[in-house]
Amino acid sequence: MSLVELREHLCATFPDLCPLFSIEFGDGVLQVGPERLHEAMEGLKTLGFDMLGMVTAVDFGEEFELVYRLRAREMGVAIIVRARLPRHTPRAASVTDLWPAADWHEREVYDLFGIVFEGHPDLRRILLPDDWVGHPLRKDYEDPSIIRRPDYR
Amino acid sequence: MSERLVVNIGPSHPSTHGVCRIVVELDGEIVTHAEPIIGHLHRGIEKMAENRTYLQIVPLTDRLDYVGSMYANWAYCRAVERLAGIRVPERAEYIRVIVCELQRIASHMMGIGSAAADTGAFTVFMYAFEQRELVVDLFEALCGSRLTYNYVRPGGVSADLPDGWVDRCRTFIKGHPDAMREIDRMLFGNVIFRARTKGIGVLDAADAVAWGASGPVARGSGVDYDLRRDDPYSMYPRFDFTVPLGERGDSYDRARVRLWECVESCRIVEQALDQLAEYEPGVIMTEGLPRLLAPGRGDAYDHIESARGCLGVYLVSDGGVCPYRMKVRSPAFSNLALLPLLATGHTLSDLIVVLGSLDPVFGEVDR
Amino acid sequence: MSLLLGFAYGLAAVGLIAGGAVIGVWWERKVAGRIQLRLGPQQLGPAGVFQMLADVPKLLFKEDIVPYGADRPTFRYAPMLVFAPIAASVAVVPFWAGWAPLDSVVGVAFFLAVPSVAVLGMLLSAWASHNTLSTIGGMRAAAQMVSYEVPRTLAVLSVVVLAGSLQPTEITGAWRWWWVPLTAVGFLVYLIASVAEMNRGPFDLPEAESELVAGYFADYSGFRWAIFMMAEYGSMIAAALFGTALFLGGPAWFAGVGGLIAYVGVACVIITAIMWAKWTFPRMRQDHLMTFCWTVLTPLALVQLLVAGAVAVWL
Repeated sequence: MSLVELREHLCATFPDLCPLFSIEFGDGVLQVGPERLHEAMEGLKTLGFDMLGMVTAVDFGEEFELVYRLRAREMGVAIIVRARLPRHTPRAASVTDLWPAADWHEREVYDLFGIVFEGHPDLRRILLPDDWVGHPLRKDYEDPSIIRRPDYR
Repeated sequence: MSERLVVNIGPSHPSTHGVCRIVVELDGEIVTHAEPIIGHLHRGIEKMAENRTYLQIVPLTDRLDYVGSMYANWAYCRAVERLAGIRVPERAEYIRVIVCELQRIASHMMGIGSAAADTGAFTVFMYAFEQRELVVDLFEALCGSRLTYNYVRPGGVSADLPDGWVDRCRTFIKGHPDAMREIDRMLFGNVIFRARTKGIGVLDAADAVAWGASGPVARGSGVDYDLRRDDPYSMYPRFDFTVPLGERGDSYDRARVRLWECVESCRIVEQALDQLAEYEPGVIMTEGLPRLLAPGRGDAYDHIESARGCLGVYLVSDGGVCPYRMKVRSPAFSNLALLPLLATGHTLSDLIVVLGSLDPVFGEVDR
Repeated sequence: MSLLLGFAYGLAAVGLIAGGAVIGVWWERKVAGRIQLRLGPQQLGPAGVFQMLADVPKLLFKEDIVPYGADRPTFRYAPMLVFAPIAASVAVVPFWAGWAPLDSVVGVAFFLAVPSVAVLGMLLSAWASHNTLSTIGGMRAAAQMVSYEVPRTLAVLSVVVLAGSLQPTEITGAWRWWWVPLTAVGFLVYLIASVAEMNRGPFDLPEAESELVAGYFADYSGFRWAIFMMAEYGSMIAAALFGTALFLGGPAWFAGVGGLIAYVGVACVIITAIMWAKWTFPRMRQDHLMTFCWTVLTPLALVQLLVAGAVAVWL
């Protein structure tokens, strides 16, 4: 299935998600708000996206961007779901009820970014020790051992 | 209600395949709860990458899956090439396919060997390592390293095949399937090993998909999904190969799928070597790449089928010389999350077997 | 006088087992090397025979670590309790036709009963280590050794019935060549049960390296660790010697020194076979091990005993 067919399929099944869909760099991208994230993911799952490949986040200063990558084995197509969260209240709905695979991935995002997933059964730090202070992948994370490279340009 | 015994396996233990700590709650010898505690090998590679240029990150990716460094090199380079719109010469793509299939053999030899050693069959470990040595010798001739290769670079590969390498490689892939059949008889035909692994840690196909398992772990459960075939990349559409599948999804099938994948890898390498002969030597790098790559704003995700499954790299660029964000989607991380599900209800001995059949590499799990 | 003699025998047994263990470790490394496509020790002396001479001082000089939280006296003396019974059991082995260091009329019972005391030492060392993995190893060792006593004893009984005596020297004296085919199954059961008794692969669950690190002796180091190794090699040597004497007639083949040499030679072949098995098979699981003992070995030994009994009556 090509991405254009995916768009048609998505628009036919979920008309309200249709305007959020775009095609960038050869990837299908669905940009949703954090409040509609869980609803959109549930819709995508019923559409046939059965594999949750990756959950991650990017720190864009004022906002965090959650990035999910889903894959539909039957249709042979993948989609990236993005949701922007405000930095002051980084909260999003957990998708562990849809894909158990999200369990460890969401814990990792919580650990490294401090994004809280509501509804996650066991949201603890996973890679860092429990008593670690701060969330290292945030751009404002400071540690004396980090040496900034000079700008070469 | 009997008293439960809490056993702490690791972080320093002979069969945790690295540094993993598993807190196991035992009722007699039966595991009632197992929780892997990871992160002992967390080096913050994703954070380090934000402070290095695109070329400097390649050695970092070597340290992800240190049993199969070529994969992480390649997955990262594919993401960079996608981000920067680089086209790779076909000869370089063929060389990448060849080294990565050889790497699959080397990595699976480690996987099968350590799964055997976990059940106490140390001799099979040595037999498997002989095969791994042969591959590693080939890599040494190719790029000078035996563990961290730093061979696949954005835009191509770092060196062309040296003289006589193709013949050495052909000799290896000719002998390898026989060695695999020998290991099949010696290990998978052994009555004790069969009793130890059959029906242990059964993962059904639906669970495998839901938990995001990939690679031999998913295929052992009969999930017919291989990125080389189902999301073809590089030169894979030009090769004829089959994807071995397990039936029951137990530890036996997971380990045995790896064995037959090695035989299939030999077929792919043979076809790749044949097709490679048509390309002029020396064209292994894209022309006119800048010394300091600075892709435009945007993001790119690309993945390959590594020995452990779907290995993806997600890069975000802000237009600078360093990536704004690098995320490695590691298959071992997702596969290891299955351990509590698979090991609960079995004995402590089976927990070790299940962990061995998941074949995690902690450089990749912890990043 | 008898006390002095007993002391001398004890010293000789310790010397025999220590020497046997040193040679045994070298030989095992060579055997394992051959099986595993490698060479084993080869640097010191021809084929590395002097490697063990270097290893013994190394073990002697290693720090004797007692873990924090361990029960110190128990921890320190438990290895002796493992080693002493096994050294004692060598005393009843009929090395010479008609002669054994301790020629007891209940020699067979002595040989079967005394090494079982070692299980107490294993349990104590496991408990004293104050370590969960050691505890599991000790429990496994106790269950396994007590269970495998049964088929082992039953297998030896078939020879006892044929000879009509519990005295090892009399059994070797009464030995006839046709006992070998008649008690072949019994000998096999005896060998397998003995391997399980000495906690060697494929029955090395109590020390299961990949699961329990080293089981009941995981926390031992230096010479106390070496005592456990010596106990393991000692019980292997004792089991091979005793089995050769009882089932194969060992010292009864030839009179004099030739008989001793042939006897020890065959025992060495059996030891090599035990090593071969260890480096070939994966490790069994606890429940499979017990099932194997109670549903395969014990019935086989019982059938063997019945056959031997019937033949003994017919004689």
